[in-house]
Amino acid sequence: MDNKPKGLTLLDGLSALGLLAATLMVFFYAPVEAVMGPVQKVFYYHVAAGWVGMLSFLFAAFSGGIYLKRGDMKWDRLSVAGVELGLVFSLINVITGAIWARPIWNTWWTWDPRLTTVAIMLLVYAAYLMLRAGIDEAEKRARFGAVYAIVGFISVPLTFFSIRLSRTIHPVVIGSSDPEALGKFNMTGPMSATFVVSLIVFTILFFDLLWHRYRLAKFAHQIEIARSADSAIEGE
Amino acid sequence: MSPLRLYLRAIAAMTAKDLKAEWRSREMFSAMLVFGLLVIFIFNFALEMKPAERGALTGGILWVTLAFTGTLGLNRAFAAEKDRGSLDGLLLAPVDRSAIYLSKTLSSLVIMLATAAVLLPLYSLFYNQNLLLPGILLVILLGCSGYVLVGALLASMAVQARTRDILLPILLFPVAIPLLVAAVKATGAFLAGVNLSEIQPWLLLLAAYNLIFLAVAFMAFDYIVEE
Repeated sequence: MDNKPKGLTLLDGLSALGLLAATLMVFFYAPVEAVMGPVQKVFYYHVAAGWVGMLSFLFAAFSGGIYLKRGDMKWDRLSVAGVELGLVFSLINVITGAIWARPIWNTWWTWDPRLTTVAIMLLVYAAYLMLRAGIDEAEKRARFGAVYAIVGFISVPLTFFSIRLSRTIHPVVIGSSDPEALGKFNMTGPMSATFVVSLIVFTILFFDLLWHRYRLAKFAHQIEIARSADSAIEGE
Repeated sequence: MSPLRLYLRAIAAMTAKDLKAEWRSREMFSAMLVFGLLVIFIFNFALEMKPAERGALTGGILWVTLAFTGTLGLNRAFAAEKDRGSLDGLLLAPVDRSAIYLSKTLSSLVIMLATAAVLLPLYSLFYNQNLLLPGILLVILLGCSGYVLVGALLASMAVQARTRDILLPILLFPVAIPLLVAAVKATGAFLAGVNLSEIQPWLLLLAAYNLIFLAVAFMAFDYIVEE
């Protein structure tokens, strides 16, 4: 087993400092939104987590495609790491969204296109993990996982459009349009700065965690090889 | 003979083989039909459908029924090949792997449409609501083909897993949601006699779903049956 790379240690520190800075900015630098009050501050984490969730799933589908082309297990490990991180960040996105929606929309959940799409996306990737769990052969597991990661990722925008054809109440803060969206607000300078910082910090955190998860998968593989070599010796 | 004709003949031969086997046993068809009827009956009790409310629910009931019966058939289509070891035989055939996928898709589609062909008139009879409209038949065709296109791809993976009996619906349903949403909306709209221009987006979505997943499956199937 190799030692922890210096770059990873650096990334760990950067993520920790960044998270601290982003949190301080959210609480002390960004102003309290006039209509919604302090609960609006959940926005900075909510959107950042949602963005990283989508990034992870895109990354997983992309790595899956490269795995199918090259057959290098490295890409399969990256793909799994992407899916697992995507599930975690999307869940953070859903939970923070519900905390915000309770006072603003007066409900934890509505069947709005974005909410519904994220919920279905979580189910797609839960199914991905179940598919992988059902296959013992590592190489076959990698191939099937890659195919399903691609199929699943393509279905997500289709799901969104199919539900979008009905109306939505989810606010679009960036590049917005619908004046009827509930809980919409305009960002001031400090708000935008805080938002951009939390987006960048969450993205750094994503790459940090991705690296850790990748190393974990590599070690698990090495242990598996060592173990099978062990049992082969015992069997003789 | 040109390569394309050989390819099409291989597809036709494998589809005919599946359908002949099914025709002799009628294993899948009868199971799907009985199961479909049971689902429709359960809906009747579960929803206590009053005549006035039926119209709005019909599309949903129809497509839940078709989706459930569809997974039943798809699972069986590949499980039978796997259990008899005949999948290896097919893989030895000197044709492109995608021909195997397309023939399985076609035979599953025929069986699913045959089931729908019996379920639809029976539904019309039980609930006194005519479903045999040209528009609805088009939706059934597009919806079932999209469902089978994705379903056959996922079923070919699911049967190779340890958990194959429970895996297919879990893999298929979340991916099939856009298809089912569009099919339910289009069916409901045709029943309500809405303007065609309002139904068009749903029909386009159904067609797009078919095309996108045909292309994906075409490229991905090779990696699933690789030995």
